[in-house]
Amino acid sequence: MRPIKLLAQAFRLPPLCPLLGEREGPAKREGEGIFQLRRSSPHPALSPRRGETRLVFSSLWWVVLIAAFLAGPAVAGEVRVSGFAASELRWFPQSPQFQGQFSGAEPSLLLSPEIRYRSKDRDTSAVFIPFLRLSGRDDTRTHADIREAYVATRKGDWDLLVGLNKVFWGVAESRHLVNIINQTDAIEDIDEEDKLGQPMINLGVQKDWGRVDLYVLPGFRERLFPRSEGRLRAGLIVDDDLARFESGAGNKHVDFAARYSHYIGDWDLGVSVFHGLSREARLLPNATGTALAPRYDKITQLGVDVQYTLDAWLWKFEGIVREGHGDSFAAMVGGVEYTFYQVADSDADIGVLSEIHLDGRDETRAPPTPFDHDLFLGARLALNDVDDTQALAGAVIDAEDGTLSFFLEAERRIGDSWKIEAEARLLGNVDDKNVLAPFKRDSFFNFRLSRFF
Amino acid sequence: MRNSLLRNSAAALLFAAVIAPAIAETPEEKGFAIAARADRTDRGFTDSRVEMKMVLRNAAGQESNRTLALNTLEIPDEQVGDKTLIVFESPADIDGTALLSHAKILDADDQWLYLPALKRIKRISSVNKSGPFVGSEFAFEDFTALELNKYTYKYLREEPCGDMTCDVVERKPRYEHSGYTRQVAWTDQRDFQVRKVDFYDRRGDLLKTLEQKDYRQYNDKFWRAHLLAMTNHKTKKSTDLVFGEFAFKTGLRDRDFVKNTLKRTR
Repeated sequence: MRPIKLLAQAFRLPPLCPLLGEREGPAKREGEGIFQLRRSSPHPALSPRRGETRLVFSSLWWVVLIAAFLAGPAVAGEVRVSGFAASELRWFPQSPQFQGQFSGAEPSLLLSPEIRYRSKDRDTSAVFIPFLRLSGRDDTRTHADIREAYVATRKGDWDLLVGLNKVFWGVAESRHLVNIINQTDAIEDIDEEDKLGQPMINLGVQKDWGRVDLYVLPGFRERLFPRSEGRLRAGLIVDDDLARFESGAGNKHVDFAARYSHYIGDWDLGVSVFHGLSREARLLPNATGTALAPRYDKITQLGVDVQYTLDAWLWKFEGIVREGHGDSFAAMVGGVEYTFYQVADSDADIGVLSEIHLDGRDETRAPPTPFDHDLFLGARLALNDVDDTQALAGAVIDAEDGTLSFFLEAERRIGDSWKIEAEARLLGNVDDKNVLAPFKRDSFFNFRLSRFF
Repeated sequence: MRNSLLRNSAAALLFAAVIAPAIAETPEEKGFAIAARADRTDRGFTDSRVEMKMVLRNAAGQESNRTLALNTLEIPDEQVGDKTLIVFESPADIDGTALLSHAKILDADDQWLYLPALKRIKRISSVNKSGPFVGSEFAFEDFTALELNKYTYKYLREEPCGDMTCDVVERKPRYEHSGYTRQVAWTDQRDFQVRKVDFYDRRGDLLKTLEQKDYRQYNDKFWRAHLLAMTNHKTKKSTDLVFGEFAFKTGLRDRDFVKNTLKRTR
């Protein structure tokens, strides 16, 4: 502990986390982060996000430092640069529901290079993956993030990763219930597939009886919410400055997680536990009723994910029990995927999917979810051609109020380094009491052309 | 006296050379013996690493390339299959996509796919043996069904192949979900390596031909073809697999072929 502290002082590094015994220094002012891309706005509710970006970049210093240590004896290795640049057009055919929201189409530019280092013995690697979106229409969506910036090394059965990383847990397709390590990048898309890089120390051990991962997660990432001009938001704007955390350390709270995973024959199994700040926020109106304040509760979550693979059938189940938002509750997503291979003597495969969602949360005391009592039906098409043409379509139907949300995602490669993607997210028959009601005029189409390098 | 001795000797020789083997060895046994001899020339390679280029050609001759790395771990027990890890490097949009297979003999293989954009590992169904592997003319089973006991064999004939002589053996998949009713393999009598395979589809028609060329020997023992050319006679499409230098006994272990290593391949 002490040498690290000394080093930190010597190099004037910001603290990695409260774990190292550092007290938080004088708070930097708003917008002082290195990568502060959000433009300031005269409206207080639209001010840039607090020290969150700063936190991410503080952790980065540590990655660089550790990388320098590790690289000392193992300079020989390989550095690779890859990634993608893309242009995107998102189009909302309907006029907006709330004042201030833009209407029509929103063009964007995206950039995400990937720099990877691997030592000659392949035991040590370092990765740096920033992400940038510039929106031509909606300042809400102009943002940058470090998706990954870590150093990882292994020795025997053990491996260690320090830095920002993305971790995926789970088996289901329509809801990622047990997946909790990373905060969702909610302004990228509403499908919860895009994630913010999470600072972590991850120690893993692989044995014949399975794998155990332990995570220390210093530095909480707040969820990004659309602002005034953005679509896919509630009537009131979420003001990050009003964010409250059920922890004295605020967004510097250190979370912990652990996971055991293994496979036995046709069964793949994962058991996980998480203790820390919920990645989902409750949104509470402020005193004057002019904005929403995110409230992050401290939770403990137990999760289980299981897949049984039998011939062309995949049976999937994810379940959680969560304590911390009022009464403890349980939730599950479970279902099947069946694939018809080489349909009608062609090379194409068609998969059909069905999943059921149940969620026992009390929405007056827990963050609301659209997946409380729903049925998902979907189909997947893979042409298995040279261009990897594939599509996934599906609908989530709320069994209680009939709200219907439909999506279609399709993609194919063009040549060796281009890819075109199309996405549609349509809402129909939206009940006024459904969580999705504020989005009822926000059905959209998205087209993306990417150049990979 | 001398004549009868000669006659008896001739009869004995004839018996020894022709009739005895015919009684002792059926065409099925001879076919298996040839395949087993070829398989066993490879025994003890322990593990290997190789990078390869896949060149896909359509009927018009347009080309599309992929580069991938293949790691193999030998499982000495012939009743259990080898473990393989395939990692894609290009096209760039699938860079880092990886496929891990634990081959079984007659049961379904265990397979996991890694999707780097989501950092997600998916257990996938291995029923899809006859489907095209990444849009190529190779089917999944052309990679994974190289185990001796996955087939029954029948010796057909002997014939010249290039400047060598080959044993021609028919093999029929014993495992489920194969896209082939039978295959015919040419194995040379000098190095005991498979030089060519004809694949017959579910209707019994000739579907594809695989030619294995540019054999080189490593460690004075292990032969590896460095060009695998697969031609589809129905679609007129073809795929070449061009291998780089193989590395053997590189220290790969069982731990390098568990599903979580999929995340650490680059």
